[in-house]
Amino acid sequence: MKHIISIKDFGKEEIDSLLARAGAIDAAPQNQKTLDGKQVALLFFEPSTRTRMSFASAVARLGGTTITVDSVEGSSISKGETLADTVRVVSSYVDAIVLRHPKEGAARLASEFASVPVINAGDGAGQHPSQTLLDLYTIRQSMPLKNIHIGLLGDLRYGRTTHSLAYALSNYNVTIHTIAPPTLELPESLVDELHRRGCTVQEHADITDIIPNLDVIYTTRIQRERFPDAASYYNVAESYRITPEILDERKEGMIVLHPLPRAGEIDPRVDELPCARYFEQARNGVPVRMAMLEEVI
Amino acid sequence: MEDKPQGLLISPIKDGTVIDHIRAGAALTVLRMLGITGQTEEELSIATNVTSMTCGQEGKKDIVKVSNRELSKEEVDRIALISPKATINIIRDYIVAEKKGVETPKLLYGIIKCTNSGCISNANEPIKSAFEVTEAGLHCLYCDTVITTDIESHII
Ligand SMILES: [Zn+2]
Repeated sequence: MKHIISIKDFGKEEIDSLLARAGAIDAAPQNQKTLDGKQVALLFFEPSTRTRMSFASAVARLGGTTITVDSVEGSSISKGETLADTVRVVSSYVDAIVLRHPKEGAARLASEFASVPVINAGDGAGQHPSQTLLDLYTIRQSMPLKNIHIGLLGDLRYGRTTHSLAYALSNYNVTIHTIAPPTLELPESLVDELHRRGCTVQEHADITDIIPNLDVIYTTRIQRERFPDAASYYNVAESYRITPEILDERKEGMIVLHPLPRAGEIDPRVDELPCARYFEQARNGVPVRMAMLEEVI
Repeated sequence: MEDKPQGLLISPIKDGTVIDHIRAGAALTVLRMLGITGQTEEELSIATNVTSMTCGQEGKKDIVKVSNRELSKEEVDRIALISPKATINIIRDYIVAEKKGVETPKLLYGIIKCTNSGCISNANEPIKSAFEVTEAGLHCLYCDTVITTDIESHII
């Protein structure tokens, strides 16, 4: 039985084959009924409407059905049932479980107790492999996944999407340029690991210094809670904002990604530029999740 | 009793395990890691801060003797985390029947508490903590936290 828990469990070949499968699905979305008669539980212990809808859509397009638990309120969870017990019981109803949970490592625990495959749809500040795969898929639509210069921008300390993306990209001989406010830099342990995996990591103070070299800008939200007061937050947020003026210096073919939802990190005027790929990125969640479901069921 | 070793601070045991060359002051932690408490039944002798000569250099060490129980290598290997120079002597009828060093195990279950409060291994779930011993430190197999310093204080 196969689970999808962390992008770290994937080798380069496995990633490539999943992305290729997602591409094939994308090219002929109506012909896939590989989950006919199968049922998938969407166990969401933390609200994430988009991820839940994206998985629900993926299951439906493959001909399967979903049952959803998206509220802790009134369920046995609020009565103190362990996740281990919930997963054991739910496993007996369905063919696979998609789990979203506030605790890090929850998906790994679930995989130890489930009798059906578990797909991690995000656990706490931990892993969210479907996001990483759809990020890679979106890059791959525009350029070959090798020797890329990618700029990671924003909160790189707590932003899990950038951590797993950076890790996954280390399979492809990339150069990672980090542009983050002080105290929100990429964790040192991750930088060490990326170096060990043969990645070049370069820090920059300002996006404008490096923009002509970038093939991809991946920008993330900077949360207001990380700052002592509103003023210091606005100052920082302003200097990490992507605008058409900043993008004037961009290389031809460069793309801008964001895991969405955004909160002012990207000027809405950027939406009109050909390099804006974040809505495409969100849309890509469906074929990528279809490929993931096919892989485990 | 010709074979009875002489000159030791604590008396020799007939059968059991002697863990020698424990880092000075770490004996009680060693017992805790082995699950040996005042409530368990082993007959114990503990010596701490004993003067010892290693490679001609004088230093201090702790010794733990557990009578009537042969600790398994797996049990004792956990000690390597805090005292990599410890040695294990299995005693049968006053004689050292086996002598070995400790080795750091690759996986640690239920020994270390994860430092990440958001880790599922710290929630009320029916699992033991799980760590892989890597070059970078102890890697939590649930949440990916890596513990690099002060490992002793995270021992459960
Ligand atoms: Zn942990």
